[in-house]
Amino acid sequence: MSDVKIRFDDVVKRYGPLVVLDHLNFQVADGEIVSIIGPSGSGKTTVLRVLMTLEEIQDGVIYVAGEPLNKMESGGRLVPASKAHVRRLRSRIGMVFQNFNLFPHMTALQNCIESPVYTNGLSKEEAIKASMELLDMVGLADKRDHYPSQLSGGQQQRVAIARTLAMRPEILLFDEPTSALDPEMVGEVLNVIRQLATAHSYTMLMVTHQMGFAREVSDRVCFFDKGKIVEQNVPAELFDRPQNERLQKFLSSVKEAH
Amino acid sequence: MDWKWDFTFDVVLPRMWEAAGVTVYATFAAFLIAIVLGLVLMLLKSYGPKFVQYPVTEFIEFIRATPLLVQIFFLFFVLPDINITLPPVTTGILALGIYNSVLCAEVYRAGIQAVPRGQWEAATALNLSTYRTFRDIIIPQSLPPIVPALGNYLIAIFKETPLLSFVAVAEIMQISKLIGSEYYRFTEAVTIAGIFFLVMSLVAAAMVRVVENYVKRSILH
Amino acid sequence: MTGRLAAVAALLAFLLGLSVATFSDLRVFLPAILKGAVVTVEVTFWSLILFYVSAFLSGIGRGSKNTFIRWSCVVYIEVFRGTSLLVILFWFFFVLPEFGITLSPIVAGVLGIGLNFGAYGAEIVRGAIVAVPKGQYEACTALNISPLKRMLRIVIPQAVIIMIPGFTNLTIELIKATALVSAVTLVDITYASVQQNQLHYRTLEIFSVTLLLYYCFAQIVRFGMAMLEDYSKRHLLRKA
Repeated sequence: MSDVKIRFDDVVKRYGPLVVLDHLNFQVADGEIVSIIGPSGSGKTTVLRVLMTLEEIQDGVIYVAGEPLNKMESGGRLVPASKAHVRRLRSRIGMVFQNFNLFPHMTALQNCIESPVYTNGLSKEEAIKASMELLDMVGLADKRDHYPSQLSGGQQQRVAIARTLAMRPEILLFDEPTSALDPEMVGEVLNVIRQLATAHSYTMLMVTHQMGFAREVSDRVCFFDKGKIVEQNVPAELFDRPQNERLQKFLSSVKEAH
Repeated sequence: MDWKWDFTFDVVLPRMWEAAGVTVYATFAAFLIAIVLGLVLMLLKSYGPKFVQYPVTEFIEFIRATPLLVQIFFLFFVLPDINITLPPVTTGILALGIYNSVLCAEVYRAGIQAVPRGQWEAATALNLSTYRTFRDIIIPQSLPPIVPALGNYLIAIFKETPLLSFVAVAEIMQISKLIGSEYYRFTEAVTIAGIFFLVMSLVAAAMVRVVENYVKRSILH
Repeated sequence: MTGRLAAVAALLAFLLGLSVATFSDLRVFLPAILKGAVVTVEVTFWSLILFYVSAFLSGIGRGSKNTFIRWSCVVYIEVFRGTSLLVILFWFFFVLPEFGITLSPIVAGVLGIGLNFGAYGAEIVRGAIVAVPKGQYEACTALNISPLKRMLRIVIPQAVIIMIPGFTNLTIELIKATALVSAVTLVDITYASVQQNQLHYRTLEIFSVTLLLYYCFAQIVRFGMAMLEDYSKRHLLRKA
């Protein structure tokens, strides 16, 4: 099973009495593109947030490329992970946020080189060269010296994607990347993600409300409800022949909205 | 360091106790002037005729830009020149009250401004009169920020009362200075004055928080 | 804003003109008050430095994960905010010698004012840091940026802009508070004018000049801080 990139092993996440992830078992293969859909409050975003170590889990183990993320091995036993261990594993994961979270006091280029230079210790020239290639890829090379407030929402999200890629992660997490965008800007961001899905070998995990897009790019779609995966399948099967009643209801309500 | 307990109990505390009364009296009297005069200033500045707004605005800025101590001296020395003779404590209360009234005016203004525009628009759409709009819509919603801010100014005034010692008002600071110069010992009196202010303002700050929560809950639910 | 500054400058120039003119009484007491102004400026300068340093250190330390650092900052803030500045000044000057620490008047004045205002400034620093959106912290985690770099490179640059209005007011308050240093025997503007008043009994003129001087200082600070805010908004956030 060396090609399993992400594995959730009986993961429990609670906010007080509220169970968000209920003994979740889940895995993603190397290079696989998985979309997560489900009603709000189903815990789908939490999957990404615990993987990015933005939130702690109460029970279970998360493995990234075979190594435990929230624990580490010491003398054959699993002990709570040290900061260094978390930081090392975290460098393999990148996340794109719903609200972009660009640094407002830095230009597009400065946003991209910040972590490569100050966390990974790259030289400034190298980081600028790599980041410019990425900005070019997302179609924003000419905006390198613009500040986030001078960019449209779609442009900001494309810069945020370039910033994430600049860290050279193996795993990409997308947390509803188009939800905060005006409708006319959704396309440009989806185009960039589509390009990443088809032309690169990233392992991708995406929470989305764009059913058409999920169907188009994903290898597999998971339907979340109440902290569990209720149904998962290749997109065509899941969308055209949903088995579970809750999934059927969810899909028909989404269809009505469009 | 030598701290004399008998001196503390026999001399310092009894005299400080009396002085604490003056401090508390001056605090509340000045606060009363501040909240009433502050309201008048705010109304004149925001809703008065243009030729009043301008001088009121400049008056507020002038009071805010100059030290309270100099204002106290100004009233203390200048009022007698124009044949108004007041006891020092009254002059001091007047200065404290005026100084803080411009700050209270700002509190009122900010509180009213914090009510969302939509509330004014809704009141207009419902054809409410200006009086009704203020009474039923705007003022209740502006109280939650205003009340704790006024409470903080009460504490601020309390901490400013030692300035009255410069014009020989017999409040806490003046009495500890007097004790210091009579007995050539400052340690006990000044330390106790410090502890007095610290404890009183911590207690008052806690009370302001309680009131703040109460107002929030009872108005905004 | 600038109109106010211009009016003040004109008035000061007029007063200075009067003071050199032989027929005016200003000539008698203005030099003494201006000598006091030098002391006021000196105390203000050093107090401001101490004020900003202690505000930043305790404001940041107030949010530290280390319990000892956090609680020392809380105690410092509460004690110096809770007591009255005048009492602190007296205590530093008259009581500390009892503990074997004798401070010169200017050191006692600067320490008292700087530490007192630092405690107020800490709340502004803290509030500004908290006001930086949570998403910025999350982005730092996602980009694997260390807590120290996060504070220095991401949080503080954004927080500084939020702090400027609060620090403008506190800076003006600090200048006004230097009027209390006569408590530690320094002859600043305020004390000089009291002395001159006792000598010449020109109450109205003397205290008007004094008030005007402070007013002028405050307007200069307001003007300077407004420019700083403008500059930092343009250069840190590029808000059009």
